[in-house]
Amino acid sequence: MSSAKLVAESGKILDVASKDAPLTVRGLTVSYGNKPAVFSVDASIPAGSMTAIIGPNGAGKSTFLKGALGVVPRLSGEVRIFGKLFEDARDRVAYVPQRASVDWDFPARVIDVVLMGLYGSVGLFRLWRARHREQAMDCLKRVGMADFADRQIGQLSGGQQQRVFLARALAQNAEFYLLDEPFAGVDAATERAIVSVLKELKSEGRTVVCVHHDLSTVAEYFDRVLLINVRRIAEGPVETTFTAENLQETYGGRLAATHIDELHLA
Amino acid sequence: MGFGDYFISALFLQAGYNSALVAIGAGLLGLSAGSAGAFIFLRKRALVSDAISHATLPGVGLAFIIMVAFGSDGRWLPGLILGSAISSAIGLLMVEWITRKTRLTEDAAIGAVLSVFFGFGIVLLTVIQTMSSGRQAGLENFLLGSTAGMLISEATTIAVAGAMAAGFVFLLRRPMTLVAFDPEYAATTGVNVRNIDLAMMGLALIVTVIGLKIVGLILIVALLIIPPVAARFWTNQVGRMIGIAAVIGGLSGYVGAVLSAAHAALPTGPIIVLVAFGFFMISALFSPLRGGLASALRHQRFQRRVHRRQGLLSLARREPIYDGLTIRILRRAGMIRADGVATARGRIAAEKAAHDEARWAMARRMLPDDSAIERYDGLTPIERMMTPDQIAEIDRMIQSAQTTQGAKA
Repeated sequence: MSSAKLVAESGKILDVASKDAPLTVRGLTVSYGNKPAVFSVDASIPAGSMTAIIGPNGAGKSTFLKGALGVVPRLSGEVRIFGKLFEDARDRVAYVPQRASVDWDFPARVIDVVLMGLYGSVGLFRLWRARHREQAMDCLKRVGMADFADRQIGQLSGGQQQRVFLARALAQNAEFYLLDEPFAGVDAATERAIVSVLKELKSEGRTVVCVHHDLSTVAEYFDRVLLINVRRIAEGPVETTFTAENLQETYGGRLAATHIDELHLA
Repeated sequence: MGFGDYFISALFLQAGYNSALVAIGAGLLGLSAGSAGAFIFLRKRALVSDAISHATLPGVGLAFIIMVAFGSDGRWLPGLILGSAISSAIGLLMVEWITRKTRLTEDAAIGAVLSVFFGFGIVLLTVIQTMSSGRQAGLENFLLGSTAGMLISEATTIAVAGAMAAGFVFLLRRPMTLVAFDPEYAATTGVNVRNIDLAMMGLALIVTVIGLKIVGLILIVALLIIPPVAARFWTNQVGRMIGIAAVIGGLSGYVGAVLSAAHAALPTGPIIVLVAFGFFMISALFSPLRGGLASALRHQRFQRRVHRRQGLLSLARREPIYDGLTIRILRRAGMIRADGVATARGRIAAEKAAHDEARWAMARRMLPDDSAIERYDGLTPIERMMTPDQIAEIDRMIQSAQTTQGAKA
């Protein structure tokens, strides 16, 4: 996106070029108590892109996602999903929370969790049919977890849990996927499996946004970055925005200069 | 008729219309309590339901006083239920409000609301006792429950309300499951988490107020929580858990009511809770899935398999075995002689074990992303985890690797 930085007028999204973009955020502020976790952040995610949200711990990356999706209340700001309010575009969006956010001793099998992704399409009252089960199994196959369908979720490794969460989001068959730290604490095999699924989604024209921690894989996995440290530092294509200067500004003293050198940035 | 005879006849609804209706009412109450309680347990809000139940008491007292002031019988059950529902709803909303608007945590809010409401209720009861001297109000029965002298209309009310509450649980099972497991995700799929939470606690409230007469407010939380906790031992599926909790709750209510009716001095609530506890103990000890005995047996079997495998691998590497348990297991299986030397059978088994390990090592290099690698536990025979074709392929790779190594040497 090369559009100039725009100023938001109240109740109006000004960026005409991105009117129907998967995600347009203007002046988003979310606070816990009276301390802002995300302060007046603007962002615009173009369709078909794969964006990494990057920033130090406690910089508000997850909160940005949750604020955009209305999981946590917004203090101020405007959010449009495909040019609409989230409530009106909900079935085009799938969210993958951090796997540590739930109790994995919950009485459910892997297949049950994936079926949760179909609640929206099945309705709250109708019963499951073989067709839904097949759909859920297809999603498990895509993340390489079909053999685990009948396992109790508490018996899974961290990486497997993460893939089950991804399968649940796949079951929603959305156009826009938002993932909160999908690679946190997973093994190499899981990371490969998840990345290949995400790239598949992108090749189908879907849009992907990930909260991401590993700076060394940003260029390999993503084509855009959104750098956040409570405020928005920078946003744009990896080649032009993922620079040593921007990273230094995002991380401050917390990122050693040698570390940045190792990234072989443009 | 002795206690035992009466109990048996009452159990099969032969002890008269009235006690049969009370037993059925208590059973339906337990059914709704067990199924609604399942979600409260999964949402980890058992203590909130304790606050709800204790917050009913001032409502009971105030409703009594108001009804007496208007010249009617203060003991009219629907009136008392309405009063208790209003005051416990206020208690619930206060817990909600304190948690949301102040920095206090939910447990502190629960502690405060529970004790203040209960204290106020006890004061009211005392006032009522002095006020209606001569007329025994019998409100203290709402603390521990009593079915003695229960009216047929009361039992019917409880039965109908209990069945309706169970119906609501069934209707709301999907959103409640989603909210209990993953509230943030639920919110993004359009579930109103706050409303579902309120509905969940509303169900607990309904169960509490209709259970006041039979179980009493002090122990109703046990009828909400013990059945799902017991049910959790039997299954890993939330749907089945709710069903089992409903059955355990229903049986506890039914059997408990019958038992206490057989002996007028037995308070109903504690008996029902003790029956539920009996189900809990049976579940905790004897469930084949998560029960204590089955777990202990499974663990012992697992330990033996580990020792056997390690012993065989040691034999294959021609290492001496020192572990007493390993030696005993291998001896009993006829793998080694008394002096620790491998028998013919032991040598074959040891070779097979070592060969399988080599196959796994090769498989990890060849198929790093195969799900069989993830399921590897060092114990399950490779033949059960991979197809014969895969194993043949792995063996070919091992062979060629050995020849290259041989050539290098």
